[in-house]
Amino acid sequence: MKAGFIAGEVWSGLRRNLSMALSVILVTMVSMFLLGMGLLAQRQADTMKGYWYDRIQVSIYLCTDTSLQPNCQGQAATEAQQESIENQLKAMPEVKEVFHESEAEAFARFKEQFRNSPITGNVQQGDIPQSFRVQLSDPTKYAVVTSQFERAPGVASVQDQEKVLKRFFQIINWITVFSVFLAGLMVVCAALLMATTIRQAAFIRRREIGIMRLVGASNWTIRMPFIIEMLVVATLGVGLAVGMLWLGLRLIFNLGFNQVVLNKALIGANDVWALTPWLFGGVIVIAVLTSVVTLRRYLRV
Amino acid sequence: MIRFDNVSKVYPRSTRPALTDVNVNVERGEFVFVVGPSGSGKSTMLRLALREEKATSGTVLVAGQDLSGLSARKVPRFRRGIGAVFQDFRLLPGKTVDQNVAFALQVIGKPTSAIRQLVPETLEMVGLEGKGKRLPHQLSGGEQQRVAIARAVVNKPQILLCDEPTGNLDPKISLDIVHLLDRINRSGTTVVMATHDADTVNEMRRRVVQLEDGVVVRDAEDATYLAPEGEK
Ligand SMILES: Nc1ncnc2c1ncn2[C@@H]1O[C@H](COP(=O)(O)OP(=O)(O)OP(=O)(O)O)[C@@H](O)[C@H]1O
Ligand SMILES: [Mg+2]
Repeated sequence: MKAGFIAGEVWSGLRRNLSMALSVILVTMVSMFLLGMGLLAQRQADTMKGYWYDRIQVSIYLCTDTSLQPNCQGQAATEAQQESIENQLKAMPEVKEVFHESEAEAFARFKEQFRNSPITGNVQQGDIPQSFRVQLSDPTKYAVVTSQFERAPGVASVQDQEKVLKRFFQIINWITVFSVFLAGLMVVCAALLMATTIRQAAFIRRREIGIMRLVGASNWTIRMPFIIEMLVVATLGVGLAVGMLWLGLRLIFNLGFNQVVLNKALIGANDVWALTPWLFGGVIVIAVLTSVVTLRRYLRV
Repeated sequence: MIRFDNVSKVYPRSTRPALTDVNVNVERGEFVFVVGPSGSGKSTMLRLALREEKATSGTVLVAGQDLSGLSARKVPRFRRGIGAVFQDFRLLPGKTVDQNVAFALQVIGKPTSAIRQLVPETLEMVGLEGKGKRLPHQLSGGEQQRVAIARAVVNKPQILLCDEPTGNLDPKISLDIVHLLDRINRSGTTVVMATHDADTVNEMRRRVVQLEDGVVVRDAEDATYLAPEGEK
């Protein structure tokens, strides 16, 4: 069959069934947008994990005279205790690096962070405890450090950023699961709508189909206009979805977050492009399969 | 060219057979009328020859092919060698005469150059020169049937099957159509025409296969058809 002839058939088919074509475009768009959002959220989580895990630290705060923790027994950590902790940390295979932050350094950092706030006036050197900042070679192993030092003499508390981040990643995970689940439902809707559209289109064109079969057109020739129609419509839908994902990403991240120094921790257009072939591929497979299955009834000889 | 050997056909969900033990042999180049009252099985015979239906028992041989053994995948190719015309014309209302005829060639992948040559040639042969740009509803019934015949023969089939092609036409136009079919037959195409119109059959004096309740009751050369009481 000539390409021009097929194009003509496809065009007239789309025109005759315009409202259905539009609804397939929209449903495909929404389903692929949701799916894309879910997958992007997951990519965002992964990117952030990598970023944070490079920087994640376990902080071991030592006792001061004013510490209230029972482990301190109201006494500041001694020089010996401090040394023992440092030596133990350095001996651990899980530990990559250890920094010691003295009371003076801690106070200076505090002042710097809250320089515009009136509370700095009441805080004196010594109120902010000295601490060890521990960088782990495997950030997920923080529990080892926590359990070993929580009750060690001279330790007021062990704080782990992982706990905070975990919650955050859990939220992202839920967003992913939820949007992929919705997207799954929408994909089912899209496939059903495609089937209905094809059935209606086949009904509208039953005369043509009858004549094609009578004069001996092959089954693929008969299917082709329907499949191409679905492909055109579905591809438009995915195209719009990709456009919306790209736009959404720019709006949220570039305008909303561009003050934050997190650029490396954020996904960008590249991640949308990486997703695009999969979205297109998936929709093309769905469109072709739906067409072939739906048209079986009309092609029985 | 077309051979029915002990062919019976019982439609699903039907108790009475539509055809019972039919034996008919149509040679290459013959013109055969299949006649009989309504419900006698004429259309069923043609549908079997087109492989739109399968025989319940017996063998149907068309153009050397045993249709009971023909897989569904091979049916399209088989049909390209057979033209078919019906009482209701079956034209596409949105396409012009040219496009209707060309459609039959386009969907079987004929090159555009061949289509450009065959379509006007065939339209001229059926007597529709100059009417190619019209839509079906701008034509008379007889002209519409000529378009359908042009579409059926444009691919130069060996066999032309006509199921009551004159059923919707008045007697004078009917004769014109049958004369056209006769002309096509003389150029070498085997023609089988189902009808219950005695006048056309009697005018042509060709071979007549007469059916009654699915049984061949007469098969005669150079014959007439005396329609039973109640039939026109
Ligand atoms: N698809 C079908 N399913 C069941 N029975 C059918 C079917 N088609 C035809 N029949 C029956 O088979 C018998 C023969 O039908 P057929 O259409 O071949 O008759 P015909 O001679 O062409 O009649 P007419 O002159 O009215 O067109 C009839 O009794 C009819 O009711
Ligand atoms: Mg009939």
